[in-house]
Amino acid sequence: MALPKALQNRDFRSTRVGMISERIIVVLLGLCALITVLITIGIIYMLVTQSAGFFRSDFVSLRGFLTDKEWTALQSQDLAKAQFGILPLLSGTLRVTLIAMLIALPLGLITAIYLSEFASSKIRSWLKPTLEVIAGVPTVVLGYFAILVISPSLQWASGGAFSTFNATSAGIAVGILCLPMVCSLSEDAMRAVPRSLREGAYGLGCTPFETSVKVVVPAALSGIVSAFLLAFSRAIGETMVVALAAGTLPTLTADPTRQAQTMTGFIVEMIKSESEYGTVQYFSLYAVAVSLFLITFAMTLLGQIVRRRFQESYQ
Amino acid sequence: MVTVSTANTDNGEQNAQPDRTLIQIDDFNAWYGDFQALHGLSLQIPRYKVTAFIGPSGCGKSTLLKWINRMNDIIPGAHAKGELKICGEAETPPGRDTNILDPALDVVRLRRKIGIVFQKPNPFPKSIYDNVAFGPRLHMKTTKAELDELVEWSLRKAAVWEEVKDRLHGPALGLSGGQQQRLCIARAIAVGPEVLLMDEPCSALDPASTLAIEDLIFELRSQYTIVIVTHNMQQASRCSDKTAFFFEGRLIESGDTERIFTKPEQKQTDDYVRGKFG
Repeated sequence: MALPKALQNRDFRSTRVGMISERIIVVLLGLCALITVLITIGIIYMLVTQSAGFFRSDFVSLRGFLTDKEWTALQSQDLAKAQFGILPLLSGTLRVTLIAMLIALPLGLITAIYLSEFASSKIRSWLKPTLEVIAGVPTVVLGYFAILVISPSLQWASGGAFSTFNATSAGIAVGILCLPMVCSLSEDAMRAVPRSLREGAYGLGCTPFETSVKVVVPAALSGIVSAFLLAFSRAIGETMVVALAAGTLPTLTADPTRQAQTMTGFIVEMIKSESEYGTVQYFSLYAVAVSLFLITFAMTLLGQIVRRRFQESYQ
Repeated sequence: MVTVSTANTDNGEQNAQPDRTLIQIDDFNAWYGDFQALHGLSLQIPRYKVTAFIGPSGCGKSTLLKWINRMNDIIPGAHAKGELKICGEAETPPGRDTNILDPALDVVRLRRKIGIVFQKPNPFPKSIYDNVAFGPRLHMKTTKAELDELVEWSLRKAAVWEEVKDRLHGPALGLSGGQQQRLCIARAIAVGPEVLLMDEPCSALDPASTLAIEDLIFELRSQYTIVIVTHNMQQASRCSDKTAFFFEGRLIESGDTERIFTKPEQKQTDDYVRGKFG
């Protein structure tokens, strides 16, 4: 067999050009990565410096911010009497988030197990797009839905125990919002479990349900837990639904039937109010934003730790 | 069963010529982090011969193979000391000696010259044609006709042309394991390397595909210098000219395959080739 012309010519491209452009590309990629880091640093810098303005004010102290049981930044006209305790806002956020998670996590995980392990391809082919439709619903519509449908239904069912704006209806709407995320991320994690593990379980006489619960879910645990944490962060940060449906009164309570202004809800209201630049109210915005940032940041860190821990035990 | 190509008389003669060392290894040591995987190894790999590396798992044979085209660069903590060079005068066309361990060495060029085939067939998720054309498209300027010719030639050389010629634009991953491995060999030779490294190329294949690849290896040595790592003693004895036996990071013995398998000088070699351990 004669050598083909291309190999006879031995007309190879110079590798020098490749090496130089490779170096330039690596620098460019590094610069792009640097930009995201700079943006993050910029945001943190701004949050910290601006919230310093809040804590420097005579009307607040860090201690009061963390322990006071009232938040009346917008309610009191008299600055001297305004209370800046983050706890009511935090409790509002936690109530809404908890209710949302009670809906999204079990429902999302069960749907994911069904989709990944049991559903025929035909059922999958319409169930998945349906879930994606939920993900596509604008949050403002869900907020509306919470006030106009969920809240009246709750009032009707409980004989009027719920106020019009309450933590539960907002929580349910946020839960619906997080559902597709929990579901599709958990499903991805379960589908990534190698077939050999399933075969191993079937080979020992497991039923399909036992296989999925005892082998597939534990094997996919790192992915499932990070899906949960991501949904948790999403729920904490969710704004439009709670601004519309959770009410505007910060309350420190565990009662899910009452109003519950969340941290994000407060930020919206604050920005829309007419507080002037430089006032304590204005700076309180940043203090709340920093708190919110710290919570979601902690969740992200936790997610990474969990992922690392569980991955080790399954590889 | 094995037929040596007679079409190319030049290479037939070369096989009869005395050994000319193409790759010279002297006092070679390699580490993964603090763990020393290879200890003071010296070995010559002759041109246009098949050299087999044998030995039990973890003896360092794959480590040495992967240093020959610097695949270990991508393993964090891997480093080596000693001499590992391509002898320039044995090359076509003759050139200067190349120190493979030189940190400033252009590894892209090195790997074009020294191709590698892995244990598990790893065709790209592209068509059969695009898999073979992948290297040439990266490395040379060709016309469409030249590329077609090169792809066909490579696939023929790798003894897989007849099976794939009607579905060149079908997915490579649709081929059987043995066909995929021959496709990977075609892909490796399409950039015109001088040396082919093979890291247990048959261990994931069935006996029939293994035989096809072994025939192919025997055939290819008329134009390529081949280094093959294998766990399979019969394979080493069937398709190699030279054998090097490794044990616990040291080279115990090397020489003509026939001698290693019939009259080994070292007891360890004798035990191993007779299947007493490993």
